[in-house]
Amino acid sequence: MAILTANKVTKRFGGLVAVSSLDFEIEKKTIASIIGPNGAGKTTFFNCITGFEKANEGEILFDGTPIHNLRTDHIAHLGISRTYQNIRLFADMTALENILVGQHLHLHASWMGAILGTPGTRREETKALDEACRLLNFIELSGKGDLLARNLPYGAQRRLEIARALATKPKLLLLDEPTAGMNPRETEEMMAFIRRLRDELEITILLIEHQMRVVMGISQRITVLDYGVKIAEGTAVEIQNNPKVIEAYLGRGSVVGSRATQPASSSMPASTTTR
Amino acid sequence: MNKQLRLTFGKAVRTGLIGGIVALFLCLVGIVEIFGKRSLIEGLISLGHVFLFLSLLATGFVTASRKSDQAPLGRLWLSLAGTISGAVAGIVLALFMLLGSVINIRAMFIHASPDLYKILSFGRGMAGVWLLLLVGAALGALGALIRVLPSRIQKPLMQGFIGILLVGLFAGLVRPLLVAIPGLPEALGRYLFGQTGLTQGGALITFILIAGIVAFWSARGKTVQARVAKWPRSGQLALRWVFFGLAGVLALTLPLFSGPFIAQVIVLISLNILMGLGLNITLGFAGLLDLGFVAFFAMGAYTVGLLTSYGEYGLAHISFWAVVPIAILVAFMVGAFLGLPVLGMRGDYLAIATLGFGEIVRLLAGSDFLGKWLGGPQGVIGIQKPCLGILGPYVGLGIPRVCHGLELGGPKEIYYLAIICAILVAFVASRLRDSRLGRAWMAIREDEDVAEALGVNLIQTKLLAYMLGASFAGLSGAIFGTLVGSIFASSMQLMVSINVVCLIIVGGMGSIPGVVVGALVLIGLPEAFREFSEYRFLFYGAALIVMMLVKPGGLWPSSIVQRELHLDVKNDTGPNNAPTSAD
Amino acid sequence: MRTTLTEKIGEVAVAVFLWGFRILVVSVVIIGTILTIREGKYTGVQWIDFIVFGIARGSIYAMIALGYTMVYGILRMINFAHSEVFMSGAFGGYFLANAMGQSGFLDKYPVLGLVAAVLVGMLVSAGVALLVERIAYRPLRKAPRLVPLISAIGASFFLQYTFRGFFGPGIYAYPNVKVLSGEWNIFGIGILKMQVVVAVAAFIMMAVLYTIVMRTKIGKAMRAVSENKDVAALMGIDVDGIIVATFGVGAAMAGAAGVLYALMFRQVNFFMGFTPGIKAFTSAVLGGIGNVPGAMVGGIVLGIFESIGPALFLDGLGIIRPYQLQDAIAYIMLVMVLLFRPSGIVGEKLTTKKA
Repeated sequence: MAILTANKVTKRFGGLVAVSSLDFEIEKKTIASIIGPNGAGKTTFFNCITGFEKANEGEILFDGTPIHNLRTDHIAHLGISRTYQNIRLFADMTALENILVGQHLHLHASWMGAILGTPGTRREETKALDEACRLLNFIELSGKGDLLARNLPYGAQRRLEIARALATKPKLLLLDEPTAGMNPRETEEMMAFIRRLRDELEITILLIEHQMRVVMGISQRITVLDYGVKIAEGTAVEIQNNPKVIEAYLGRGSVVGSRATQPASSSMPASTTTR
Repeated sequence: MNKQLRLTFGKAVRTGLIGGIVALFLCLVGIVEIFGKRSLIEGLISLGHVFLFLSLLATGFVTASRKSDQAPLGRLWLSLAGTISGAVAGIVLALFMLLGSVINIRAMFIHASPDLYKILSFGRGMAGVWLLLLVGAALGALGALIRVLPSRIQKPLMQGFIGILLVGLFAGLVRPLLVAIPGLPEALGRYLFGQTGLTQGGALITFILIAGIVAFWSARGKTVQARVAKWPRSGQLALRWVFFGLAGVLALTLPLFSGPFIAQVIVLISLNILMGLGLNITLGFAGLLDLGFVAFFAMGAYTVGLLTSYGEYGLAHISFWAVVPIAILVAFMVGAFLGLPVLGMRGDYLAIATLGFGEIVRLLAGSDFLGKWLGGPQGVIGIQKPCLGILGPYVGLGIPRVCHGLELGGPKEIYYLAIICAILVAFVASRLRDSRLGRAWMAIREDEDVAEALGVNLIQTKLLAYMLGASFAGLSGAIFGTLVGSIFASSMQLMVSINVVCLIIVGGMGSIPGVVVGALVLIGLPEAFREFSEYRFLFYGAALIVMMLVKPGGLWPSSIVQRELHLDVKNDTGPNNAPTSAD
Repeated sequence: MRTTLTEKIGEVAVAVFLWGFRILVVSVVIIGTILTIREGKYTGVQWIDFIVFGIARGSIYAMIALGYTMVYGILRMINFAHSEVFMSGAFGGYFLANAMGQSGFLDKYPVLGLVAAVLVGMLVSAGVALLVERIAYRPLRKAPRLVPLISAIGASFFLQYTFRGFFGPGIYAYPNVKVLSGEWNIFGIGILKMQVVVAVAAFIMMAVLYTIVMRTKIGKAMRAVSENKDVAALMGIDVDGIIVATFGVGAAMAGAAGVLYALMFRQVNFFMGFTPGIKAFTSAVLGGIGNVPGAMVGGIVLGIFESIGPALFLDGLGIIRPYQLQDAIAYIMLVMVLLFRPSGIVGEKLTTKKA
């Protein structure tokens, strides 16, 4: 059953059409990727899903519920969360606090309770802190919870952003370029981590990625956008051999083309990304 | 001459010019003249001189500062550069004096007065110009020296000077405290302190004392600190409690041996702390720049006024204690009322819109149109003082009710009320900060789009920030109303809002100790020193700009507070449990 | 979809409140107007007086508003210190005008004298604005939005009290320009000469500014920078220089406005910038922030409204001493525009929040 369905979604900014009549579907508990050259409309599509932008035309359904007209926090309630292309952590809050904010949806104590320090509130806070520590462990940052987010190393920040998104207990997680700026070893770790999310936490994951080995390595389904239009969709092998994809990328001067005829394999050295 | 030297000397001249202009500014604005009336070291240096000297010192200091990527320069050259910049600054001032002797500058700049010239020339008339140049050069050199000396010498020297400055400024407080210590002869006080500042002997002793302590501390301090750090956790906490306890005892007993004036000052500080804590929630936590904050203060004040006054505008005649919760509630609701429309607006627009609200409230409150109910320009008078006991019945128009018990009539009594409220509110604020709501506020302040994507309802959360902040201000207004005994719309000015905003910015946005620091500095100083209050807003304005340029986090930023206060969060490194998954 | 009851109540409350506010204001205006006209307390001549006064004052607001709108267009920030720039122009012109008045120069060559005073005012205010930009704004260009805003507020106070320190807290009177006192008879109606001159001077200067912005190369550069700073830089435009030029031009307008204002009201005082500043900002928003002709229109509209307002709608409702609420009318207009039409009457959508 598709957990997210987009039908003919179109988003315009003035005269520019960022996303054009996009049909998209993603199955529950799978990992899917959206790829495409810069400016292809990928992040805009993410924004439409999460409610940052309102699609001009079309509809988006999540678990059967139309979400294209909902407010962003409603959409979060329904179980969609995301990370961002340029890390948007709460820089002046600690790692733990970042995660705790992520739990906002699942905490129900009122502010009056907080002022009065009622036992119910205190219990809930303790539970929340425990859960946050567990998430910290999960992303291998245990012991660093009190560091300000701005002081964490880059890779840790990326993982923290994911942990914060996980704290909302999402059914669908949108990751926007999770391996940007990472070296091959870190990228491998991130790939394994994303697989764990799907397998252990049973989350559906939609990625925007530029590193082809990540895309080919973990995606069960890949969608290719160019100038806001879907030009191809399929498994890794299908995409690699699709002439339209090759043209879209080669036409931009990237170097993916030379790998296009080789089968997907996670021992492939990293290809140059189109940044 | 090698390039570095040329660059440095060029910088020296530029810095000197800027320093000279700053010093000239201080002169023309009148700071030097007015502060000149108050001496720091009796017969030698007045506060006006201090301002001048500081700017001259600063030019030398800045000239001698090297950025880390610049090649190092010998100490001698740097000192020379400092001397040059000081001299240039001195030249600027000297030119001013020369000009002043020819043209009547006073026709335009009112503070270019004979008193000013006397200060600038050290009382020697035109011959003093040379002295001025000399002093400029010397201070420039000194400033540079201070910069280039090794930290071992630099620290005690600087702290020694700062010590003289502080003790001299606060002589009014230190002297009675010193005298109050049993065993010390009163003559000591007279020896150390002059009428407003220190005597020359006192200055010397202070300098030696403080420099000595600092030198000792920097040499041995590390070992002492290490030893203390080795104490068990409970010991360290105990030390903190002792510290707070002492401060508490001091706070509680202060009005007993100081005058009512100091008590009044502290009440004003507490009221500002109350308002500051309120705005701290709205601005510091949630990032909403509310420039109409005074409107909520007015709500609280007018509620108390109208409901307790025995004058002609008193609607009812309830006791203060019963009205306070009503005042808080009224402010709370008005917060919703004024907050709802503006919440969708962006930062600068929110600021102006709230400013508009504040002004509208002031204009309406003081208008004759609503004068029948709110007293118009004449305001509401005859507000009943709080009574710890049984309040006699309302007798008649204009007659205060009798209090059978302790009437909190003056600042000395309200002092306790104000401090208790401030502590209570600080407690509430800190509880809020560490709650789900507090975190939501901070998330909104950091990045409201992301906060929304995490499920935070922006409108509700911002509205709550607004309303809770408003209720604190209402409480403050209520106490203010009863303190002064009357309320006038003219006191509900924009300036009050700006005051509170400055407080928070200087102290530290989102930081509760920061609010206290801000209030102490921004309210305490002008109240304690009349000269400061003349230039209060000049300093506020400069403080805002400087803070934004240098330390936007404030003097006691919230991030430091976080680190200090969250050391006891448990971070169990238990088995690698997967967190609970989505249902 | 989880909408809690409180949320629904909240949203209904907001809608009710906003509508209620609109209805309240509109009904006050309409009912008040009807009552006043029925009462016929004011003669036609008096109305014309109000309107002319409104146009004169409004054109001054318009001139100040230009500074706000241009700086907002380029830097997306409200230049809080602009009201003090206005004040500094008035002071600058004051000293010259006073000297000229006392020496009799002003009476002999009034046009020359006035032009000189205006020029000096423009120079002083431009200087002040450039200083502020350099010290309080430029270092903070990349900071989060709240930071330069607070710096601007600080600059505003700093300037106010600096001028107070320099020149004293008193009110200074501009010299009485004999040529400008009295009335002209236009179409049989007596109109104060001063007001006409002020309005005309303002219009001329605004026309000049408009030509500069629309027709010259530097104007084009200004518009480019306000559209997109980074792209403009890529096109070879010296962004810093353009920003400085924008501040300068806006300030010069405000400075000239200051001298005109002082001539009209014969008063100069360190605090004089505050209220006109807010009203000018309101005008800028009314006309659509970032929109130059809009600011001019907004200024005139505001000036007229606030001038005839107390008489027209408040008096009719039986509000005593309605002039006390004159400023309140301007503030209410400000709030209403910000609430209901932040893009202004004429404006572009520069104010919508980026999602």
